[in-house]
Amino acid sequence: MPDYLEAEVDTAVGAQPQTETQAGVDGAARAADRPAAVEVRGLRYSYPGGFPALRGVDLALAPGEKAALVGPNGAGKSTLLLHLNGILRAGEGEVRIAGLPVVQPNLGRVRALVGLVFQNPDDQLFSPTVLEDVAFGPLYMGLEESEVRRRVDKALAAVHMQGYGARMPHRLSLGERKRVAIATVLAMEPAVLALDEPSSGLDPRSRRALIRLLQELPQAMLVATHDMHLVRDLLRRTVILDAGLVVADGPTSEILGDMHLLEEHGLEAP
Amino acid sequence: MSLLALDERFQQGTSLLHRLDARAKLLVALAFIFAATLTPTGRWEVLGALAVLLAAGVALGGLSPLLVLRRSALALPFVLAAVPLLFTREGDAVFTLPILAWRWTATDAGLEALLTILLKSWLSMSAAVVLTATTPAPDLLRALRGLHAPRVIVATVSFMYRYIFVIGEEAQRLMRARQCRSAVAGRGSGGGVRWRARVLGNMVGSLFLRSYERGERIYDAMRSRGYDGELKSLAATSLRRVDYAVLAIAFGLLAALETYARLSGG
Repeated sequence: MPDYLEAEVDTAVGAQPQTETQAGVDGAARAADRPAAVEVRGLRYSYPGGFPALRGVDLALAPGEKAALVGPNGAGKSTLLLHLNGILRAGEGEVRIAGLPVVQPNLGRVRALVGLVFQNPDDQLFSPTVLEDVAFGPLYMGLEESEVRRRVDKALAAVHMQGYGARMPHRLSLGERKRVAIATVLAMEPAVLALDEPSSGLDPRSRRALIRLLQELPQAMLVATHDMHLVRDLLRRTVILDAGLVVADGPTSEILGDMHLLEEHGLEAP
Repeated sequence: MSLLALDERFQQGTSLLHRLDARAKLLVALAFIFAATLTPTGRWEVLGALAVLLAAGVALGGLSPLLVLRRSALALPFVLAAVPLLFTREGDAVFTLPILAWRWTATDAGLEALLTILLKSWLSMSAAVVLTATTPAPDLLRALRGLHAPRVIVATVSFMYRYIFVIGEEAQRLMRARQCRSAVAGRGSGGGVRWRARVLGNMVGSLFLRSYERGERIYDAMRSRGYDGELKSLAATSLRRVDYAVLAIAFGLLAALETYARLSGG
C-alpha cells in the first residue's frame, strides 16, 4: 500500500485506512464502510457581487478514483476545486473529504488531505528554492524536521525531480515547474489531488511525461482541464460542468463518444 | 532588461569564499562595513588596510577585480550627497568655483571629508558585491533567518526575490506589446512623448493590478498548504570549524585596525 493514502483519513468519523489503490469507476459503487474521497452535495456558491458560479453541484469520488472535470471557460471548474480544501466556503450544500466535513475547525486536516495544484506554477511555487517550497506543506502539518526532509525527497523522487532541491524555481522550465508544483502537494501525502489545468502550456513531450506521472500516482484525482487528449489517456471518468451545474457524469469513453453532448457544452472530442 | 540582470549577481565557483557558510560571510561583510564606517576622517592608512583586506576577499573568492569595480560603481551617485561638505567645512581654501552668483570656496578639511566618505562608501559597497557574488540569494536569505533577522522582513525579501523575475518578464511582455503597436505610419506617428507617457502609465497600473491578483493567488496557494499566518522554516545546519575560524580571523583583524585607528588618532 502506498503511504500517500496511509492513515491520513479521519479517524473521528470512524474511517478505516484505505487499503486499495484503485477503486471502482463509479463513486456510487464504493464500499459502504469507507467514506468517499470527495463528496460534494448540493453545492452552491456565488462570488461577491452576486455572480452564481456553482448552482447545486453533486459529485462523489471513490478513494483512488480519477475523474476529469471539463467544461467551457467560466463553467465553475476552478471554483469547485477551491471548495475542496475550503479556500472558498460553500454558500449552500456540503463538501466532505474522506468523510470529514470541510468546515472551519477541520480546515487544517482537510488541507493536508487535499493537494490543490494551481494552474500557474509561478503562483504555486513561492519560495526561493525547490527544497523550501516542497517542505512548506509538511512544515505546516507540524511534522518533525527529519520527516519533512524524508517527505521532500520522496515527493521529488515521485515527480522524477531528485537533485533539484537547491534550484530556484525561476530557473526551471515550465514542465519542470509543473512537476515541482505537484511535488509540493505530494509531500503532504494527500488522499486527493485537485489539479487545475495541469497540461496547459506544455509542449507535447512534457505533456506526455506529465500524463505518465499522473498515471503513476495512487491518489484520487479531480483534474480540471481543456485538454481532451489528457482526459482520454488518463481519466476513466468524465464530469462535464457547465454554468455551475454537472450536466454529464460517466465513463470517459461514453462521454467522448457523444458528439452532440460535447458540442452543446463547447467541448471537442480529442 | 536590467531587472533580469539581477539574476547574475551570483558567480558560480568553488573558492574558499563560495564554500563558506553564508552566515559567516554575512557577519564578516557587516563587520567590514561597520569598520569602514567607524574609521575617523582622513585615516588613509586604515582605509588602505581595509582595501587590502577587501582585495584579499576578492582573491579568496576567485572574483575578477574588474567585476567588483564595475558593480561597486553603483555607490558613486550617492556620494553626490556628500559634495556640499567640500564647501561647508571650515579650513584653508584649496580652490574657488564661481557658480551662479556666488563664489564657492572648497577647503582642505572639506576635501578630506569628501574623499573619506567616497572611500568608505566604495569599500562598503565592494564588500556587499563580494558577498553577493559568492553567495546564492537563497543562501543569503537563509543566513538572515539563521541570524534571527525579523522573519517578516526576511519573508518579504524572499517573496521579492522570487517574484521580481516573474514581474520583470511580465513588464517585458508589456513593453513588447507596446513596441508592436508603435509602428511608424506616416508623419508624426511612432509614438510621441505624450503617447508614450500615457502607455507607460497604463503599463505600470496594469502591472500593479496583475501583481496584486497574483498576490491573492499566492496567498491561496499558501493557505492550501496549511499556512496559518505564522512563518515557519527548516532548521539551519550548524556552522563548521572553518566558518568559526574565518569569523575569528576577520573580526580580530577588523577590531585591531579600528583600535589602532582610535588609539593612534590625531
